[in-house]
Amino acid sequence: MALVRITSPHAQGQNRTASVMQSVLLATVPGVVVMTHFFGFGTLANILWGGLLALLFEACALKLRKRPLGFYLRDYSALVTSTLLCIALPPYAPWWLIVVGVGIAILLAKHLYGGLGYNPFNPAMVGYVVLLISFPVQMTAWAPPRGAGEVPGLLDAVQALFTPAAYDGVTMATPLDVLKQNNSLLIEDLWAANPQFGRWAGKGWEWVNMAFLAGGAWLLYKRIFTWHAPVAMLASLALMSALFYDGGSSASGGSPLFHLLSGATMFGAFFIVTDPVTSAVSLRGRLIYGALIGVLVYLIRVWGNYPDAIAFAVLIMNFAAPFIDHYTQPRTYGHSKPRDNSQGGES
Amino acid sequence: MRKIWDFHGGIHPPENKDQSLGEPIAPAGIPRMLTLPVSQHIGAPAIPVVEPGDQVLKGQQIAKARGPVSVPVHAPTSGTVVAVEPRPVAHPSGLTALCVVIEPDGEDRWIEHAGLADYTAEDKAALLERIRDAGIAGMGGAGFPAAVKLAGRPGAEIDTLIINGTECEPYITADDILMRERADQIVAGTLILKHLIAPGHTLIGIEDNKPEAIAAVRRACQGHDIEVVQFPTKYPSGGEKQLIEILTGRQVPSGGLPADIGVVCQNLGTTVAIHRAIAHGEPLISRVTTVTGEAVDQPRNYDTLLGTPMAWLLERAGYRAADNNRLVMGGPMMGFTVTSADVPVVKTTNCVLAPTEAELPTPPPAQACIRCGMCAEACPASLLPQQLFWFAQGQEHEKLEQHNLFDCIECGACAYVCPSSIPLVQYYRAAKAEIVQLRQDHERANHSRDRFEARQARLEREAAEKEAKRAARKKAAEERAKKAAESGDAQEDPIQAAIERAKAKKAAQASAPAGDSRDKLEADVAATRKRLEKAEAKLAEAREADDANIAAYENAVQKTRDKLQNAEAALAAAPAPDAPAASSSGDAAQDAIARALAARYAAAELSPEEKARADLEKLEARLAKTRTKLEESRSAGEQDKVIEALESTVVRLEDKIATVRQSVGMPAEAEAKNQGQTTDPAALAIERAKARRAGTGKSSESPKEVLERNREALNKKLTTTRERLAEAREAGDDTVVAFEMAEAKLADKLARVERELAELEEA
Repeated sequence: MALVRITSPHAQGQNRTASVMQSVLLATVPGVVVMTHFFGFGTLANILWGGLLALLFEACALKLRKRPLGFYLRDYSALVTSTLLCIALPPYAPWWLIVVGVGIAILLAKHLYGGLGYNPFNPAMVGYVVLLISFPVQMTAWAPPRGAGEVPGLLDAVQALFTPAAYDGVTMATPLDVLKQNNSLLIEDLWAANPQFGRWAGKGWEWVNMAFLAGGAWLLYKRIFTWHAPVAMLASLALMSALFYDGGSSASGGSPLFHLLSGATMFGAFFIVTDPVTSAVSLRGRLIYGALIGVLVYLIRVWGNYPDAIAFAVLIMNFAAPFIDHYTQPRTYGHSKPRDNSQGGES
Repeated sequence: MRKIWDFHGGIHPPENKDQSLGEPIAPAGIPRMLTLPVSQHIGAPAIPVVEPGDQVLKGQQIAKARGPVSVPVHAPTSGTVVAVEPRPVAHPSGLTALCVVIEPDGEDRWIEHAGLADYTAEDKAALLERIRDAGIAGMGGAGFPAAVKLAGRPGAEIDTLIINGTECEPYITADDILMRERADQIVAGTLILKHLIAPGHTLIGIEDNKPEAIAAVRRACQGHDIEVVQFPTKYPSGGEKQLIEILTGRQVPSGGLPADIGVVCQNLGTTVAIHRAIAHGEPLISRVTTVTGEAVDQPRNYDTLLGTPMAWLLERAGYRAADNNRLVMGGPMMGFTVTSADVPVVKTTNCVLAPTEAELPTPPPAQACIRCGMCAEACPASLLPQQLFWFAQGQEHEKLEQHNLFDCIECGACAYVCPSSIPLVQYYRAAKAEIVQLRQDHERANHSRDRFEARQARLEREAAEKEAKRAARKKAAEERAKKAAESGDAQEDPIQAAIERAKAKKAAQASAPAGDSRDKLEADVAATRKRLEKAEAKLAEAREADDANIAAYENAVQKTRDKLQNAEAALAAAPAPDAPAASSSGDAAQDAIARALAARYAAAELSPEEKARADLEKLEARLAKTRTKLEESRSAGEQDKVIEALESTVVRLEDKIATVRQSVGMPAEAEAKNQGQTTDPAALAIERAKARRAGTGKSSESPKEVLERNREALNKKLTTTRERLAEAREAGDDTVVAFEMAEAKLADKLARVERELAELEEA
């Protein structure tokens, strides 16, 4: 065998980008299962349809950019993007909504910027926000959770997806929405008046969040990402809600537990905020990045125009990530303090 | 128990050390040929002191150290030097390097050598000298001359001596087995180091994956003030900086040395070599090298003579070349591949790794960086490898330096953990090399600018000196001429002088053929003519190329012309070839007298006045020509230099005319009136300047027109210069500086012209 010339290191660890992506996909399973349990097969249908579209769009984009298809499709990154987007979409969304969302995410947010690793904004969240602004009706039509209404079956899911005009599903405001609209009832009374509230937060939502938390914990254990950003986000969100809890008055923003277990909190913390491409890079930077997302989520949820706010908060902080990086460069071995970049760095 | 610190990052690659630890160290034997590179260390390569055909003994010096940061090389066994030439060596570049090749005679005869019975009685400097003469350089990896490290620096107080027994790199067991089998030598060497640098603490640091080695060294250390410290296994804890942090909690400042924080760190193998050099007088001629990997049947450690080809070692270990995909010198993390097994083992070769494709697979193509940050977590220097990669791709050198690229130790931990299989270390090496190259280029550019400026200064200075000399010479000549004129008839003098000269020559040249001097003169004329032609050709070339050196060439042409004239005059003055034949019976002195007289008469025939007039005519014609040229270049707004050169030519011609007139006692026209003043150069210069001004004034154009034309010419020149400057800048050329200066000068001139023009208009 001819001897090859390669630079060191010659040994390589077992980590592969594809396996990182696969782990992320796998970690969404508990969450998706629980969502299916409480909301029916809508989410699953979204994910499958979205996955198919994502592969298609990715292949087109790669073809246009003259990149080898097999090599890049096998990194699973398109599937991760579409899966995360489809989990965030309301179940029983029409097919075209998903086409638009996944198209925006893959083509606009990812490939226009140079593909995997070069996108400054989280593609799934870009897709989500574009849909939310463009199609507010479809984007806020959440099915009622099991226990608060009837859960549609598998056929309903397929029908809702492909013949949306013929599908007549029941929708119900999400708990975050209800809380937001409330301006007269004490939290306690609100809980009693609305069927969608459960023990700490929304019915079903509590368990969905718990399931995503479990998936995230597994990823942490697998060292796919570090704890810094998600923990900082959850902590700052909890802190904000504790500060403005207001004892459960009619003006209250909701309890910390309510915020931690409502909407996309856990999903966002472990699957969106942790996206490495668009977040800050240093550990210190990730702490700041996560914490500010938590603050923004609370601000938008309670005082903003949208009931949930993960997507907006994450996108805003995507903007800030390079800025945070600039000021949080770690102290290199043998340097007495982190390099002072505040002087503009143009020496 | 001593407190142990941790360092940031690090990884736990599979250790793969057991394979080569099954058997004790075995001697590798004497190979058929030994190839010894003269550079096996950091620093200046050693200088070979043997030649092909020389017989050498084991331990004999075959290359001597060059300068302080260098070590000698010794013959590992007795034999014959067969070549001193470049050979392929173990270097990542795959380049060749100067080697001394020895064919062993198999007798293994030692050169006379002796150790020190009691090194404590020895002077410290003498001990260091011994260590250096033994050719000892760090055997852990870099190969820094041990004596230099141990000599320390004045003012640096060393409180901790660390012996590095970490060996964190996978596969390698050379230090491990050394500790197991030769712990006493390690301790003996450590004691020598202790004696040399007298540190407060002496530590031997060993990773906890080598319990047998730790036990052996602990046993050997009993009764000595040496602490064996064991710490958790983690790559790269054997890196000097990392080990120092683990054992002392201190960090070596960036760009500094361990000595800056009171630490000296030595490798185990080096310590043993020092012991052998001091206690036995043996230079460094062999080392323990691990041969391992799945492509060898019996991986183990060999006591290997330096210069042994890798192939010899591999053969010993049962090498299956067919299974081997790459041959690594060093470990899997920091070792480098070699493309031939013929390269020799050197002082730093701790391992020869022959893996199979399954064992160390060829890396897959790199995927996109997803900035997962695993590299940053693994980096022992707390760098941000993903950012460095990003900047390296974009060649953002400033950013790279801001992100401390140069603190990267190239341990490979980042590339090891990278899920996208990006060859990060390769990017960093390339970026470092690029930056270093740019820095050197920058320095070179600075240097050439300095050189340019120095040259300018020198030229100016020389011109000033020449001017001064010329003035002095002229004054002297004038005085001489005046004296001659005063003494009236000075005609006897030259004859007298000629007689004296001839008398002096007589002894040496008694039998010289009389035609000789004429021949010589003819040759002289011919040579000078040739030179003149050449100079004129060059001048034409320079004119065409609009060279800055035109003035210099003109000068040269002028001078050569003068010389030719002189030579021709001398030739004319020399007697005709048949003349000396007539009087050849007389002696040389008589001849000379005759010749001098003949010359006098020949000149007299022309009459001095006539001759001088002829000269004068020539000179005046030249002066006129030069003046017109000067006018032309002035109005064309030529470069200062050119004008200056022309001006000086005019001055010189004027002087010469004056001198000729005077020397023949023929004061004429204007000079006749000013005879008293001609001896004063300053007054002369003033006169000349006045004349010049008058000359310029005579120009048919009004001053305003001249200025305007000047302005136009300057403007044109400035634009072309600026264009050229832009071009040079784009090309990153060295000439940028010259163009910048030219531009500044032109701009100045233009401003001056414009100012003058404005003044003129106002007036």
